[in-house]
Amino acid sequence: MMRTKLISELKPRREITPTIAGAKMMTGNVAAAWAARLAEVDYIPAYPITPQTEIVETLSQWIALGEMNAKLTFLDSEHSMLTAAGTGSLTGARVFTATSSQGLLYGFEMLYNIAGWRAPIVLVNVSRAVAAPITLEPDHNDFLSTRDTGFILLQTETCQEVLDLILLAYRVSEDYRVLLPSIVNLDGFHLSFTREPVKLPEVEEVRSFLPRYNPPYPFRASKPSAKGVAVLRPPLYSFYKYQMHLSSLNAIKVFKEACDEFEAYFGRRYDVVEKYMVDDAEYVIVMMGSFTSIGKKAVKMMREEGLSIGLLKLRIVRPFPVQDIRRALEGKKAVAVIDQNISPGFGGTLYAEVSSALYNVEKKPKVILPVIGGIGGKTLSLDEFRYIVELMKKYQEGGEPEPILLFREDELREVESLLKIGVGG
Amino acid sequence: MSKTKFSTIKDLLGEDYVVPGTPLCAGCGALVILRLFHKVLGGRVVWVNAAGCVTLMMVYPFAPLKSSWMYTAMACAPAGAQGIRDALDILIEKGRIPIEEDLKVVVVTGDGAANDIGLQSTSGAIHRGLDFYYLCYDNEAFGNTGFQYSAATPYGSRTATSPPTPLIPEGYRGKKKDLFEIWRAHKPPYVATISPSHPTDVVRKIEKAEKYRGPKLFISLSPCQPGWLIDTMNAIKVAKLAVETGVWPLKEAVYGEVRHTFIPRRLKPVEEYLKIQGRFSHLFYPVKRDDVIAKIQSEVEEYWRAVYAREIGKEDASIS
Repeated sequence: MMRTKLISELKPRREITPTIAGAKMMTGNVAAAWAARLAEVDYIPAYPITPQTEIVETLSQWIALGEMNAKLTFLDSEHSMLTAAGTGSLTGARVFTATSSQGLLYGFEMLYNIAGWRAPIVLVNVSRAVAAPITLEPDHNDFLSTRDTGFILLQTETCQEVLDLILLAYRVSEDYRVLLPSIVNLDGFHLSFTREPVKLPEVEEVRSFLPRYNPPYPFRASKPSAKGVAVLRPPLYSFYKYQMHLSSLNAIKVFKEACDEFEAYFGRRYDVVEKYMVDDAEYVIVMMGSFTSIGKKAVKMMREEGLSIGLLKLRIVRPFPVQDIRRALEGKKAVAVIDQNISPGFGGTLYAEVSSALYNVEKKPKVILPVIGGIGGKTLSLDEFRYIVELMKKYQEGGEPEPILLFREDELREVESLLKIGVGG
Repeated sequence: MSKTKFSTIKDLLGEDYVVPGTPLCAGCGALVILRLFHKVLGGRVVWVNAAGCVTLMMVYPFAPLKSSWMYTAMACAPAGAQGIRDALDILIEKGRIPIEEDLKVVVVTGDGAANDIGLQSTSGAIHRGLDFYYLCYDNEAFGNTGFQYSAATPYGSRTATSPPTPLIPEGYRGKKKDLFEIWRAHKPPYVATISPSHPTDVVRKIEKAEKYRGPKLFISLSPCQPGWLIDTMNAIKVAKLAVETGVWPLKEAVYGEVRHTFIPRRLKPVEEYLKIQGRFSHLFYPVKRDDVIAKIQSEVEEYWRAVYAREIGKEDASIS
């Protein structure tokens, strides 16, 4: 006789994770969730949005199974989610949260507040281009819109880096020399839903690398405190903002120290920038995020063809690693900055920042080429990297480059055929 | 109401947690209510505030409260309360802080934040069953920005954005949003309206609400001297008239069940309430607008007829 299974007899479905040389295959989203779990966060205010949702789904599952001891609350919006994240942190909890794109922008007001409250949360942004037009595909406009908020901004290339940089972000954010929140960005789809081998550190080792957060003035009955109060004297406001700026600058040193220790613990080496064949290169491409992997492949290919080229990857965007960029790029013939974001009417954000870092350098590159590409999920091909190098050489001969808007012929044909359908002829 | 520590107004003496010298307007209704709240709840409180008049009570480096304070932003004080409550809960559960360090979490916002921009985060907090208090001080306009009309402004009020003119003689033409009913629809453990003119009613309600775990919500009428154009000495008198004319019913709802805590035997005419406030002076001078006053009167009577029928089995409201 058939017997209906009781709910209690059903085992929760476990993810099957094949192991490769000590690493587990997992998506960037699951790697982000693992980082929160290994950091033993206390509080996770959440709200779903594609392509971030898998992070909070994974954490929900672990908490429901009793594998993770944290308070998870689904709020009514990202604005509320970020508010709760900030006040939870001010109460002394280690806080993790995640969002994407429209969600980040919906809660935008609170980013400035969280940073001003000096609440060292870690927020994962799974980047996705911003509407309109509405899309699910990634670029960096959402992430870079936060550059003036006071958050420490970190950018990742691989799923391993997602996990590692979240752990490093807590170390840097919670350091009293910094005491500012962090955003760790991973590219939607390319990292969020791509499975890569990720080495998971032991929880005891993480606990030793990242000791429990010790909040400076948490809300406690025995010690009343007032937070977020108004300052109506303009010098006071300036004073606090300058404090934030100086603390943010400290994060370069604190990050480098933490990276040294991280390497000693876990064997992986990080720095504020990553130089790929840069030192002896005449031409250098500057970029960040998951597309850097394509860039590195293109550089390697062109090196084999005899071109003197390298790639500088930005891992930290705020504070902006001015000194490291200067030392890496001084004396180069030409630099191209690939921006996967667009500020209509100007061009790319990173181009402006890299250029400003180099302007006062004595041996500055003759050409800094602004390139816009990889917007709204559009990929970058090896041919496009080759084209960028050709342009760097061309402008070295003379001329004033305007932002190059990358668009391939096959993409143009695709758009034309879609426009035909869209406008009916 | 059974077993109260507050039989008479003399029982309200006790410790004060708001020290003298706040920058709020003299006689501000919100300040009276805030002091009463604090007396009942004690000192282990964290106030979570949204932008409004009360925000300016705490201007660095001066803090007239003996308790804790968290200013969030205009839309999200209940979400700020959620973060503090959740963090306290998990830290106590993990044994990281002793239970003695726990705090009561109290949201305090004006009607502007409560009725519109903060309604989503309030609805979310009530729906999640957040264990908190919400005190909305309702001065029936955006008082802090200079008295522009809000969703809580009553019909006929002069505000900075609804000036009475020959084209629009009654001033504000809209209707006051029924926040009590919106909150009540969530069926929280406790919702009440209160008025600084009836302090024992106020403190008994807070005392009663304390027994419940979950959202405990209060809307207080808050006379606003510069906005209502009233004398400071008349602030409490105006609030009292609001109750006695039936304009501001005093009621509570426990898990959605409504009960009025003060049922006037005879309603005073609304004219008595309107005529001592500058914000309604255009209804009396230069020409008396009996039509507008009658409309306000009839809406009040309609409300009370239903109350009398439901709560004391009487068909008609007696109007003096």
